[in-house]
Amino acid sequence: MTDWTRKTAGELADALAAGEVTSVELTQAHLDRIAAVDGAVHAFLHVDAEGALAQAAESDARRAAGTPASPLDGVPIAVKDVLTTEGLPTTCGSKILEGWVPPYDATVVARLRAAGLPILGKTNMDEFAMGSSTEHSAYGPTHNPWDLDRIPGGSGGGSAAAVAAFEAPLAIGTDTGGSIRQPGAVTGTVGVKPTYGGVSRYGLVALANSLDQAGPVTRTVLDSALLHEVIGGHDPKDSTSIEQPLPALVEAARQGATGDLAGIRIGVITELAGDGWQPGVMARFQESVDLLVDAGAEVVEVSCPSFVHALATYYLILPAEASSNLAKFDAMRYGLRVVPDGDPSAEDVMRATRDAGFGDEVKRRIILGTYALSSGYYDAYYGQAQKVRTLISRDFEAAFEQADVLVSPTAPTTAFKLGEKVDDPIAMYLNDLATIPANLSGVPGISVPSGLADEDDLPAGFQILAPALADDRLYRVGAALETLLTKRWGGALLDQAPTLEGGAR
Amino acid sequence: MTATTGDALLSFEEALEKFDPALGLEVHVELNTNSKMFCGCATEFGAEPNTQVCPTCLGLPGAMPVVNGKAVESAIRIGLALNCKIAEWCRFARKNYFYPDMPKNFQTSQYDEPICFDGYTEVEVEGETFRIEIERAHMEEDTGKSLHVGGATGRIHGADYSLVDYNRAGIPLIEIVTKPILGTGDKAPLVAKAYVGQLRELLLGLGVSDVRMEQGSLRCDVNLSLAPKGSDKLGTRTETKNVNSLRSVERAVRYEMQRHAAILDAGGSILQETRHWHEDTGITTSGREKSDAEDYRYFPEPDLVPVAASREWVEELRATLPEPPKERRARLQADWGFSDLEMRDTVGAGALGLVEETIAAGAAPQTARKWWLSELARRANDTGVDIAELGVTPVDVAAVQALVDSGKINDKLARQVFEGLYAGEGTPEEIVAARGLEIVSDDGALGTAVDNAIAANPDVADKIRDGKVAAAGALIGAVMKEMRGQADAGRVRELILEKLT
Amino acid sequence: MPEISRDEVAHLANLARIDLSDAELDHLAPQLSVILESVASISGVASADIPPTSHALPLTNVFRDDVVVPGLTAEQALSGAPAREQQRFSVPRILGEEA
Repeated sequence: MTDWTRKTAGELADALAAGEVTSVELTQAHLDRIAAVDGAVHAFLHVDAEGALAQAAESDARRAAGTPASPLDGVPIAVKDVLTTEGLPTTCGSKILEGWVPPYDATVVARLRAAGLPILGKTNMDEFAMGSSTEHSAYGPTHNPWDLDRIPGGSGGGSAAAVAAFEAPLAIGTDTGGSIRQPGAVTGTVGVKPTYGGVSRYGLVALANSLDQAGPVTRTVLDSALLHEVIGGHDPKDSTSIEQPLPALVEAARQGATGDLAGIRIGVITELAGDGWQPGVMARFQESVDLLVDAGAEVVEVSCPSFVHALATYYLILPAEASSNLAKFDAMRYGLRVVPDGDPSAEDVMRATRDAGFGDEVKRRIILGTYALSSGYYDAYYGQAQKVRTLISRDFEAAFEQADVLVSPTAPTTAFKLGEKVDDPIAMYLNDLATIPANLSGVPGISVPSGLADEDDLPAGFQILAPALADDRLYRVGAALETLLTKRWGGALLDQAPTLEGGAR
Repeated sequence: MTATTGDALLSFEEALEKFDPALGLEVHVELNTNSKMFCGCATEFGAEPNTQVCPTCLGLPGAMPVVNGKAVESAIRIGLALNCKIAEWCRFARKNYFYPDMPKNFQTSQYDEPICFDGYTEVEVEGETFRIEIERAHMEEDTGKSLHVGGATGRIHGADYSLVDYNRAGIPLIEIVTKPILGTGDKAPLVAKAYVGQLRELLLGLGVSDVRMEQGSLRCDVNLSLAPKGSDKLGTRTETKNVNSLRSVERAVRYEMQRHAAILDAGGSILQETRHWHEDTGITTSGREKSDAEDYRYFPEPDLVPVAASREWVEELRATLPEPPKERRARLQADWGFSDLEMRDTVGAGALGLVEETIAAGAAPQTARKWWLSELARRANDTGVDIAELGVTPVDVAAVQALVDSGKINDKLARQVFEGLYAGEGTPEEIVAARGLEIVSDDGALGTAVDNAIAANPDVADKIRDGKVAAAGALIGAVMKEMRGQADAGRVRELILEKLT
Repeated sequence: MPEISRDEVAHLANLARIDLSDAELDHLAPQLSVILESVASISGVASADIPPTSHALPLTNVFRDDVVVPGLTAEQALSGAPAREQQRFSVPRILGEEA
């Protein structure tokens, strides 16, 4: 009997089209898998079995009538709990939103529904997407399917783990400084951060508005392209949305899968290597670069000197924007309300609720952001960070004159142990060293599995960055690398992951 | 907090002997766009609570703003009418502070990049022209409205809790800020009133706002400071909030001048603070102290992209501007044949536009002026309501005058029609009918009344029979009294003389 | 300069309306100092002539037509409210006035 959960989304779409399986069967198979393993993985905060099966039944009806809504109609998906879903709880991994059921759908969610993808549920995340390990979720951490004692990355560890544990063929993540790509790297999955403005942010509960971007979390590059084409494109509800058609992403992925990269110039970023980079991660990276050369690509070294300031820039801009975004959680209109003793004023209730409802990392960043925006410090911190942002963009521009895409390891290390860095913010922030520059500049990036590090047999990721609006290049180069590596491994990397047992939900 | 007992005041005259006032006016104008500033919600006044809201204006997590292009257009037109420069590139900014009626706990506004800046307008007070420099006019959004429950007064202080309606949240506002207005001396209160009044007319002319002060679509904050006579340094200022009628603008400036003067004269110093204006008692009370804690942490709104008004667009909008106030006044005065004094009084009463509309509705210029500056100005003064907001429209006034012209009522009866209009009894015609105000010229009814008057005053009747026709006045009076003023006096006289001579 | 005192953290928490306990202040203040120290490295990196970037992509003039579109019903709007009365959001008594 076919285990549908082991198939890629592309294969499921083909099987649905060929009438080999129904969406209800597929959806039920994934719900069964969730029931079997999510107790151990904890990728989901909320599973909507009933809703997903109803949507699957509708999909089957469309299919039977010969009017499927999209190529992925009927393929189930998991959605990060930071996107609003009408009628489904949306908590952002925070106590302050426990039980909140939004009265509206995010545009990404609306597009998923319109394309006929049953929504299995909402995935775990660091509270308000602040973190790189999912340990900052108020509802407990997600575990890495490769080693349940390790982190699945973050903030979107739930989406990455759900896909890596075959609980969902597809998931939606969001990436502010690497929250799609870094979890992809440490779970052996594919994650894409589209060009800023390429996917609507309407309904994405903002962490840092000028950096946030929703994108695909999948097991293959082609699956990401298929999903990206469903969720991407202009949205008049998002003023920062790009008003032009997406490039042909699926086509680029199919072209890349032929393994031919003749004429492509690949720039290796010199600043994203060296001290603090795990040798096994670097070894897999170098191997991947060599494979790309074998496929006909030309490799150049490029220097992006301002990237060394990216982390500091990010940790000023993000907290500043976040401190303002999170002000709305004040116990007045929705969410948690904590009423202290005595005769409390609205202000007292706000203070008590925000103290009780936010976790440590959120408080740290709100206070840091409040500081960075304070009169007297604005120019030195936020203002300066905005200028360094310009320098980073200029580095990208110069680098993209020498290369069609830029590459680096996605994260400096493989998955670390749960608890190892949870109270050491700086160590935690370093996970995003390589992914942050793309967010600061708005360019797209993908993380593709590059193999297992020799030290710990844990997955490492290979990051590809392209100029803004040239997301197709990610898919062409990413698919080529994936084809070459899969051939070398004799199968998908996730086939080497341990079997999850005894993790019933 | 009680608002009935005010602070010590120096007399206005004495205040002026010792100090020079500096004025600053911040006016918030609600635009009359169909939809809100950043979302497609309706902007109807008086709708059921929380029925004109959406994720964006409710500040729900994930929702995003999109700028209403019409609001930007209105902002630019206001700026141009105030002779402002229009920014070639500007951004929205977040003003961060917590308040329950502000859904996001930041107001989307503009900070150091207002769309309009460096303008001016000229106002005339008692024949003297004052140039008011406009520092900026910027775009922002309104807040929700709170209903305070419990406590004695329905006011915020002492309330047990509050109920918030977000229908108003997100309605487009333009904030117009003057530079300090100096050298107005004893005319400071009138200059302030004239400026706000002129702004009101200008906004009406532009058609960008309903400018209904009683509904809060034009709200004024008055900044005032005093400096020792002849000093070129500005004193510490207070900001008096919610001065929401033209008359109150004048009174609040006068009050704050007198209050500041009393404090300074006694050797005290002014606390930089906001003050609350109390319309009922005509005083201000202490509000919030402006302190360092007030740190709005402005930064550019990342969810909105910059506004870059092309020069072509600005010129297109400039071509849509109505006539400037000064030119307009000169043209109207010539058209109407008003004397300088009549014109000044009309402008001073805030009735220029009203008179113009009344004339447009068919009344002769002098009669239009007469009603607005006598009956209606008196009523406005007695009730403390702005003349534009008495519930009497220019069309009503023209209709009343038409009734007079046709002989159906006289001026005296017209005043009763106005009473009916204040009370909301309908159109002038309906009020005349309902109140039975029409003049009686029918000989039957009049003849009976004349006979009664003759019978009741035989001695007067005898005098007339003896040829003393002048005595007829007393009988006419008696008839008018019996007929509650609704008799055609000329016909009554004829009937009396017919019967007695 | 990047040293941030406990008092300063308390002041910022007040601005941000978070009622931090003493224990939290003790815990957070040193962490914030460390973070601040590391981010302070960017001071002086960009010269005065470098323009700031507030938006990743240089879009301008994104406007909406002035058309009313249906929003939420009052019931939907109030669905998440911790307390409500008279079709309004019920909030505890408000201190002080608006800014």
